Amino acid sequence: MDIHEYQAKELLARHGVHVPRGGLAYSPEQATYRAREIGGSKWVLKAQVHSGARGKAGGIKLCSNDEEISNAAEGMLGRKLVTHQTGPRGKLISRLYLEEAVDIAQELYLGFVLDRKEERVMIVASAAGGMEIEDISEKKPDSIIRATVDPGVGMQGFQAREIAFGLGLESSLIGKATETILGCYQVFRDYDASMLEINPLVVTRDGSLVALDAKMSFDENALFRRPEISELRDKSQEDPRETFASDRGLSYVGLDGNIGCIINGAGLAMATMDMIKIAGGEPANFLDIGGGASPERVAKSFRAVLGDRQVETILVNIFAGINRCDWVAEGVIKAIREVGVEVPLVVRLSGTKVEEGRKILADSGEKVIVADTLAEAAEKAVAAWRAATKNKKAA
Amino acid sequence: MAILLNRSTRVIVQGFTGKIGSFHADDMKRYGTKLVGGVTPGKGGQTHLGLPVFNTVKGAVRETRAEASIVFVPPPFAADSIMEAADAGIKLCVCITDGIPSQDMMQVKRYMRRYRFEDRMRLVGPNCAGVITPGQALMGIMPGSIYLPGRVGIVGRSGTLGYEAASQMKALGIGVSTSVGIGGDPINGSSFKDILQLFERDEDTDAVVMIGEIGGPQEAEAAIWARDNMRKPLIAYIAGLSAPKGRRMGHAGAIISAFGESAQEKVEILKEAGVVIVPTPASFGEVVADTLARTKKAA
Repeated sequence: MDIHEYQAKELLARHGVHVPRGGLAYSPEQATYRAREIGGSKWVLKAQVHSGARGKAGGIKLCSNDEEISNAAEGMLGRKLVTHQTGPRGKLISRLYLEEAVDIAQELYLGFVLDRKEERVMIVASAAGGMEIEDISEKKPDSIIRATVDPGVGMQGFQAREIAFGLGLESSLIGKATETILGCYQVFRDYDASMLEINPLVVTRDGSLVALDAKMSFDENALFRRPEISELRDKSQEDPRETFASDRGLSYVGLDGNIGCIINGAGLAMATMDMIKIAGGEPANFLDIGGGASPERVAKSFRAVLGDRQVETILVNIFAGINRCDWVAEGVIKAIREVGVEVPLVVRLSGTKVEEGRKILADSGEKVIVADTLAEAAEKAVAAWRAATKNKKAA
Repeated sequence: MAILLNRSTRVIVQGFTGKIGSFHADDMKRYGTKLVGGVTPGKGGQTHLGLPVFNTVKGAVRETRAEASIVFVPPPFAADSIMEAADAGIKLCVCITDGIPSQDMMQVKRYMRRYRFEDRMRLVGPNCAGVITPGQALMGIMPGSIYLPGRVGIVGRSGTLGYEAASQMKALGIGVSTSVGIGGDPINGSSFKDILQLFERDEDTDAVVMIGEIGGPQEAEAAIWARDNMRKPLIAYIAGLSAPKGRRMGHAGAIISAFGESAQEKVEILKEAGVVIVPTPASFGEVVADTLARTKKAA
C-alpha cells in the first residue's frame, strides 16, 4: 500500500528526519494561506499523487507570489496527472502540498527496500541523487553504497556512519546524516514498510540535511497491526475496479484487455492470462477468488469483473483443491441470474467434485461454453470474444 | 523414499482444532499420512479426530515422537508457531498460512539459524500448498487424487498451477515422486535451489519440473545451480508473461520490481542455463513426456 509524500514526511519528521516546512491544501485559497503560514519568499507546490516523476509531468511548480500559487493550484486540482509510472489513465490530483523552497547544494539518494536475495532490509545510498535509482545504477553504479540489517539486532550506528562517510559528506554533517538514516530505518521497521525512498535527500547551502521528497509503501500483510497506516489509504489513487474488488476481499488487478478472468490461485490466474495471450487475446484483469469459494463469492467476482466496461468475454478457470466445482458452478448460475451476464461466458472446471459441477452447468439451461482443458478454455474464450466483437461491429 | 516425506513420517498439526486445521487433518489422515496428534494452546489433554491434542509443540514431540509439523495458524501468530516448532526439534515444518508479514519471516529465518546445521529445521512455505509424496503421505491442502505415484519431482510456488501440471502429467501416465509447494511469499523457508538439491540426490526421482513466476531471484539462482551441479533434466515454466511491472499479482512475492524479475527475462536466463522450457501452461504434460523419452534414449 502506497501513501502520499506529505504523509511519509510526517512519519519521518517524528523520527528525527528534517523535512522542509510545509502544509496541505485542498483549494487555491488554502494554498496561498499556507504560504503565509510557512513564511519566506519562494515555495514549491506539489501535486499529491501516488507516483514519482511528478516534476516532468507538471505536478511540481516553483512559485514566488500568491498569484502564481493560486494559478498553479487551479491548474493542478481536479486534473489527472499522467507520469510514466501511473500509466495512461493517470492519477487524480485532489490534494496539494506547499513547501518552502530550499537552496540546494547537493542531491543524494537514500532508499530502504526488502532485499529478497539477502532476506533482509537493505539500505541503498548514492551521492548521485535526483535521478531515479534505475538510472543511477546504470550511469553511476560505482556511486552506490549498500548495507543490510541483521533482523535480530536492528540497524547499528556504525552502519549508518559508514554510509554517511561513504557519501562523502563533510564532517559537520555526519552526525545529522547518521540520525537521518537511523530514523528512516526506525520508521521502516516500526510501521512494517516494504519500501522507503528519499530522493533527493539534499544538503542545503546553509549546511543542513533535508528530505526534499519521500516515498513509502507498506507490507499489506502487516496492516492488521498497523491501523495508523491503514488510515492513510487514499482510494482516489487506486483503480476503481481494484477498490471495488479489494473492499470485497478479492485479489484483483485491472489490465487493459477485453477478456475478464475469474480463477482460483495466483499462479493459475497468471498462467491462464498467459494462455489467453498465446491464443491471441488480451486479459482484462487478474482475479484470484482464493480457496473455499462459496457461490456468493463467485457471484461477487462476476460483479467485479463486469464492473469493467471493456470486458467483452468472461473466462472462469477453476482447479479445485480446497474449492468445490459444484459450489463454483452454482455461483456461476447465480451470477447469470442475479448479476446478468450479457457477454459470452466460458467455464472450465477441474478437480474436486468436477462431475457435479459440470452437471449443474448442463442442467441449468443457461448459455455457458464449457471447456475441459486449459488450452481449450483459452481458445474458446478468444474465439467467443472475436465472434462477439464481430457481431457488435456488424450491428 | 522420494524427498522430505514418506508413509512413516510422524506428523503433527499446529492449529489442529480450528476449522481449516481440522478439515485438512482429516483429509491428510485419509490419504495415509501418519498423523500422530496436534497442538492448540489451551486445549491440551483433549482428543480431536481420534488423536491427542497438546498445549505445546515440545509436549507433542515428547509424547508422540513427531518429526514433522504442518501449520494452519492465522497470520498474526504463524511466525511464532514456526519458531516454536524449530525449538521443539521438529525436522520438517510446512506452513500453509497466507498473509504473514515479511518482517516476521525475516525474524523466523534469523531465528532458525541459531541451531547447528544438522539440528536445523527445514521450513517449506509459507503461503504454499504443502508437500505430497503420492501414494504415501500428504502434508498439505492439495487434492491427492490428481497425483499418480511416479518418478518426476515437482517444485512450484503456486498450488493450483502445480495441480494443473500434475494432472496434465497424469493424463499421459506420468507420475510424481514428490511435489513441493514453496509458496508465493517474498521470503520463504525453502528456495527452489534447496528443493532441487534434494531431488538431485533422490534415487526415486528421474527429472524435475520447476514452476516459477514473476518476482524475486530464486528461479535464476536455481537454474545457475542446476547448470553447474545437476545431472537430472530440469524442466521449467514461468508464469506471468502478461503481468505489468510493479503490480502485485495475488502472491505477495509476485511483483516485478527489478531487472531479471519479469517472466520473459527469467525464461531467457533459464534457457541460457540449459533448462528445458515449457512454453505454455497447457504443455506441461507433453514437454515432460518428450524430455523423459529423450533422456531414456540418451541412456
